[in-house]
Amino acid sequence: MEKLEGLPVTPFMDRDKDIRKVVQVLEQTAREILTLLQSVHQPSGFKEIPSKCQKARELFCTVRTHLGELKTKFPVDQYYRFHEHWRFVLQRLAFLAAFVVYLESESLVTREEVAQILGIEVVREKGFHLDVEDYLAGVLIMASELSRLAVNSVTAGDYSRPLRISNFINELDSGFRLLNLKNDPLRKRYDGLKYDVKKIEEVVYDLSIRGLSKELEAGGDK
Amino acid sequence: MSARGEGYPRRMKTSQKTDDRDTGANLTSPVMAAFKVFQQELDTKHDKHERLVKLSRDITIESKRTIFLLHRVTSVPDVEEVLTEADLKLDGVRLNIRMIAEELRGEDLHQFHRAFTPGIQEYVEAVSFHHFIRHRTLISLEEINTKLVFVKEPEDTPESQQPMGTPQVLTFQVTPTDYLLGVADLTGELMRMCISSVGNGDMDTPFQVSMFLRQIHDGFSYIGNTGPYEVSKKLHTLRQSLSKVEDACYTLKVRGSEIPKHMLADVFSSRTAMMDQDEGMA
Repeated sequence: MEKLEGLPVTPFMDRDKDIRKVVQVLEQTAREILTLLQSVHQPSGFKEIPSKCQKARELFCTVRTHLGELKTKFPVDQYYRFHEHWRFVLQRLAFLAAFVVYLESESLVTREEVAQILGIEVVREKGFHLDVEDYLAGVLIMASELSRLAVNSVTAGDYSRPLRISNFINELDSGFRLLNLKNDPLRKRYDGLKYDVKKIEEVVYDLSIRGLSKELEAGGDK
Repeated sequence: MSARGEGYPRRMKTSQKTDDRDTGANLTSPVMAAFKVFQQELDTKHDKHERLVKLSRDITIESKRTIFLLHRVTSVPDVEEVLTEADLKLDGVRLNIRMIAEELRGEDLHQFHRAFTPGIQEYVEAVSFHHFIRHRTLISLEEINTKLVFVKEPEDTPESQQPMGTPQVLTFQVTPTDYLLGVADLTGELMRMCISSVGNGDMDTPFQVSMFLRQIHDGFSYIGNTGPYEVSKKLHTLRQSLSKVEDACYTLKVRGSEIPKHMLADVFSSRTAMMDQDEGMA
């Protein structure tokens, strides 16, 4: 039947393949950045945080190039048609950008900053953009990473960092409580945040009842 | 900067975690202000999604009613009357599709596709059924989309940027995938129509439907697994429908000559009862 045969269902399979190729390269780079940053959890890694952040930022240059290539693989106004292909890696990259910024300045990276690091837009109409939900997912992934960092900070002998992480995560939690989430993947991910909050609170509690945090407050102004 | 040293970059009143999420105090920090913006963005998106779901449901209901109406052509003398009434119903459905087009104005339609795809597929099913009854051919995607071009009168748009008197054109375009899925569902209705027309002693329709269904089936087989996943899933049901129709035609051919027409209805009413039992389709 010509009417059915003429329909453009098959050309999209080729486009999918092209997109998948670039996404795989992006995932590879994301893994490299992750490996680099994971090392901050080790006692020796703490001192090297600034240099690791610097290296990570260099790797983000490569990410920008690949995302630039990805943009060319499909019509600019069909972002959401193919969104599923890169949603996972984009969330990962948002997390990594947020983590780098946290390690550098202990602040929450803005959506605009993430987009800048990745070389993409914030607003859909302007082009390949960072969807607000992907940004939020990246932030939540970072929250888990920070709860782990709080634990490892103590092991490495840094007793002040967990307190700062605690304040940061608590504020993040308050922010997320403002959102009216639907029963979707973002909601499920957000549900995990309370476990991160709890874990960090326990670390802070352990430090304070042992007087370890007081020691620090009494001891110094750093 | 806080007097307690650089370790506390954010002023956070931890003792003040109230239930009222929007207390002024909490919104002073940049983080909270940012999340307030996210709240608004997400709410806007979810609201739009919900409006589209409601429209889709209305479209589904009205399209299904149209299909039920169209089935009556096998048992009433005036086919044109049924077709005309169905036309009116479909005009009503198109008004809802127009509202979907309004909601999607300026949006990426794929972001909301999941919200309205069920309704659109049902509409394709209804409109192609109507077209088949009248023309005995398959309506094309272009023909469907031509009817979904809506012209806005200048008075409707107070803030129109168009020069005075120029009507704005709003379109909703059915995607190839939704078209295919709607046509796949159409085959189920055609199968029912075939069986019921046989039961009424109609000797021509069953063979016409059978031939038509076979062509659709061949088209889908050609696409096979290269299309979207949902399309391949429908192929299975399509094969079953085709097989039922071909069996009916076989029976008609083999036994039609030996049984007087007025008794043919009885033969098929018992067969129809058997077939309806193993039908799992909506």
